[in-house]
Amino acid sequence: MRWIWIDKFVEFHSGERAVAVKNVTLAEEHLHDHFPGFPVMPESLMIEAMAQTSGILVGEAKNFQEKVILAKVKKAVFYDYVKPGDTLKLDAQIESIAPEAASTSGKITLGEKLIAEIDLMFSHIDQNLGGKKFPKENFVFTETFELLMHDVLPGSSSSSAPKSEQD
Amino acid sequence: MAMSRDEIFGEVQEVLVDALGVDDDEVKAEATLMGDLGAESIDFLDIVFRLEKAFKMKIPREELFPAESLMNSPEFINNGKLTETGLAELKNKMPYIELGAFAKDPDINKLGDLFTVGTIVSYIGSKLSAA
Repeated sequence: MRWIWIDKFVEFHSGERAVAVKNVTLAEEHLHDHFPGFPVMPESLMIEAMAQTSGILVGEAKNFQEKVILAKVKKAVFYDYVKPGDTLKLDAQIESIAPEAASTSGKITLGEKLIAEIDLMFSHIDQNLGGKKFPKENFVFTETFELLMHDVLPGSSSSSAPKSEQD
Repeated sequence: MAMSRDEIFGEVQEVLVDALGVDDDEVKAEATLMGDLGAESIDFLDIVFRLEKAFKMKIPREELFPAESLMNSPEFINNGKLTETGLAELKNKMPYIELGAFAKDPDINKLGDLFTVGTIVSYIGSKLSAA
């Protein structure tokens, strides 16, 4: 199993908002234990899925130059169960972004139904923690995450409209 | 925007209740952010972001919470205490703060006690009247 809890991005507006989808399937081992006879997606993994959606949005805003680490779960409220076969939509927005950190708000929906509201804070760790040194390479944003963005990279039909280039 | 100190306090109280998960009645003017309300470093950024939204202003983090920049400089810290220069720098950066007993024993471990709910209210007040 890979630690990746979203399947792809379907919308990406740099520095503002991103939407990802997650297809839940019985092939995920943990659903057989959570719970036997009643498989539902763990809420902690919904937080992780939103952290990946929001975290990539925050990372892209600074061209993936910062190491973006989840620092605080400001709010996590869950309204309904998520079951195998469900397709979740994870909608994340940047509320504030500064050199050291960013705060985001997010909603998870299943069709029209609200499943969860998850607001997070991320730290740009190189800018924090009293000058503590971290490895030079960006261990947060790896190739796996690039795959998720194929559909929304500039040039593809579903990406946001390109900025006009008027003088 | 003309706001009374009570009105500012009300807004600040709401921000701290949301950011720190504390109760209304815990957020008193003299409550310290770290000691009494349990704030950690990331919470200070959360608080700054929320204050910016609530009061529609830009707040440079080191302006409201200048402790970190002081902590990292040997010019300002010696042997666990703020130096004369450090104390002067703190006064310069936070003119709205009441140093009181801290000026006599500027132990950096007590630096956190200077940041109270009242400090934030005073800071916002000074920003609003300067605007």
